[in-house]
Amino acid sequence: MREIAYWQAINEALAEEMTKDPSVFIMGEDVAIYGGAYAVTRGLHAKFGDERVRDTAISEAAIVGAGLGAAITGMRPVVEIMYVDFMGIAMDQLNNQIAKIRYMFGGKTKVPLVIRTEGGAGRTLGAHHSQSLEAWFTHIPGIKVVMPSTPYDAKGLLKAAIREDNPIVYIEHKMLYNTKGPVPETEYVLPIGKADVKKQGKDITLVSWSLTLLHCLKAAEELEKEGISVEVIDLRTLAPLDIDTIVGSVQKTHRLVIAHEAWKTGGFAGEIAAQVMEKAFDHLDAPVSRVCGADVPMPKAPNLERLAIPNKETIKKAVKELLA
Amino acid sequence: MSTSIDKGTAIFYLQKMMEIRQFEDKIMDLLAQNIAEGGSHLYAGEEAVAVGAMAALRPDDFITSTHRGHGHAIAKGGKLNELMAEILGKATGCCKGKGGSLHLADVSTGNLGANGIVGGGLAMAAGAGLSIKLRKTEQVTLCFIGDGATNQGVFHESLNMVGTWRLPVIYIVENNLYGMSVSVKRASAVTDLAKKAVPYNMPAVTVSGQDVLAVKDAVEAYVKNARAGKGPAMVVCDTYRYYGHSRSDPRVYRTKEEEKYWAEQDPIKLFSAKCVKEGLLSQKDVEELDKFVENEIEEATKFAIESPLPGDAELYTDLFA
Ligand SMILES: Cc1ncc(C[n+]2csc(CCOP(=O)(O)OP(=O)(O)O)c2C)c(N)n1
Ligand SMILES: [Mg+2]
Repeated sequence: MREIAYWQAINEALAEEMTKDPSVFIMGEDVAIYGGAYAVTRGLHAKFGDERVRDTAISEAAIVGAGLGAAITGMRPVVEIMYVDFMGIAMDQLNNQIAKIRYMFGGKTKVPLVIRTEGGAGRTLGAHHSQSLEAWFTHIPGIKVVMPSTPYDAKGLLKAAIREDNPIVYIEHKMLYNTKGPVPETEYVLPIGKADVKKQGKDITLVSWSLTLLHCLKAAEELEKEGISVEVIDLRTLAPLDIDTIVGSVQKTHRLVIAHEAWKTGGFAGEIAAQVMEKAFDHLDAPVSRVCGADVPMPKAPNLERLAIPNKETIKKAVKELLA
Repeated sequence: MSTSIDKGTAIFYLQKMMEIRQFEDKIMDLLAQNIAEGGSHLYAGEEAVAVGAMAALRPDDFITSTHRGHGHAIAKGGKLNELMAEILGKATGCCKGKGGSLHLADVSTGNLGANGIVGGGLAMAAGAGLSIKLRKTEQVTLCFIGDGATNQGVFHESLNMVGTWRLPVIYIVENNLYGMSVSVKRASAVTDLAKKAVPYNMPAVTVSGQDVLAVKDAVEAYVKNARAGKGPAMVVCDTYRYYGHSRSDPRVYRTKEEEKYWAEQDPIKLFSAKCVKEGLLSQKDVEELDKFVENEIEEATKFAIESPLPGDAELYTDLFA
């Protein structure tokens, strides 16, 4: 199968859905002429024109909120927020308007809106351009949260997201854009809300998503050589959470490590741990372990940045500690 | 020349502008060599704005800066060594290597910080203005923002607060024609940005941001008013950034002709030519100053490169007082 980069997979999903459905359009900062800060929308402005690929002013609240207005009146917007760090400016729109409008109106409206954004550390950009804020969004009922780790998942899940009649926060990772992987040329769509077992194993379950999932796979590969069989589950979608796949795996391995780049306190690993406790307490042979980001704003210094987020070694260490 | 200045003052303005220019050129070098990591938004081309505006201030006045903040930090009196070290994320940096380019802040100079969030300084500036009013100190706050930031909601909320309470805040709008790739024409319903002060009941003037004295005169007049309790104002400075928005920017949204036009309005060349023409400085003075600054920048670079990274234990320090 051909291999393409993560950014390209996203770009293809956007182009295909825009070709198929004239109600799909894109707006955001620097998405048109510039082609996106991380070049994800490159070529789309030339292909689809000014009306459907729109550069906006620097106005995150209006970008996200206008996405809602267009979505409930017949369009299927894909809006881009350049960095997830800037979602704070749009949070009222997301939390009070987008997430609640359908419920408050007794189910009489639909919100086919995708908010594409990008997060994560790795470029020493400091505290305002390196965050992992998914737990903000998973806390809000009424929003789906998608965080793909591979080009294949990125494409299939974005296509599904654009076709969904519900608001979706779709979060890319800045260090994944140039990673490559197999993506079929024939069309496919992946289900939102379904985790993917990226590697089978029997001794311990490792749950992760986005960039950290790749660290988990590398850790699992090395641990395998040391005789430890690790099952690696890529959540792909955080909300709705595919808890059944996790519980099924824990019933087999009896041990669970959850790894993510976001802050540990109040992070999504805590939610997973709680649900596993509720649903599979008797199957656990050890406490659930979390490998997470340090509870501090991301420092600029490259050595401190590395120290602030999980990596292959810290994940391996957590696995070994749980098996000791 | 719009105001008469003496030789010492001329040298001071020129030196500050040269420091900013050479500092930014050096950062570009360091980025290209991967000695500096991450990104940096460079101020080259816009030097007269920061230097002119800061010339109107007292040392105890405040500024809020932007993502394009190196020039503000230097003009407000930050030490070159510490600023350069901070951009490299070193322990000797003015923020101990924790802030970096996007969060450059030598707080000891009244700089309340660069900001990774476009518009992030706007409400802070209002609060600093309020604090001045409550403490009755006759200080002022200069709030630097780009043209693009005038489209953020917090711009309008902050100006309304400052306008209503008549706070001593002066907005310095650096209109370099683009917010990243999006031109003012494509992003703003009014392109005459000074009009954005009108609904908030503050006077505004537009000046050439390439003319250090024009900037200084305009800011000085408003600073005087603000100190006297007459409230806020805005100075829109027409200017241009020489480099791309960031290192990866191919600059397809602007033309070579436009870049050439602005290169001819170079603030350092304009000011040094004026000084020479009016007999304030000799060509030799200008050249010597340039050399002096070159040494300063070399020293700062050496200091920054040779400085250690912060120790691992620093990860958890400074979160709370
Ligand atoms: C809230 C927010 N939105 C978007 C960005 C990304 N961004 C950084 S600088 C910039 C352009 C800012 O334009 P302007 O205010 O005109 O300042 P300039 O860069 O031209 O100096 C953008 C869009 C950001 N850092 N913060
Ligand atoms: Mg600008």
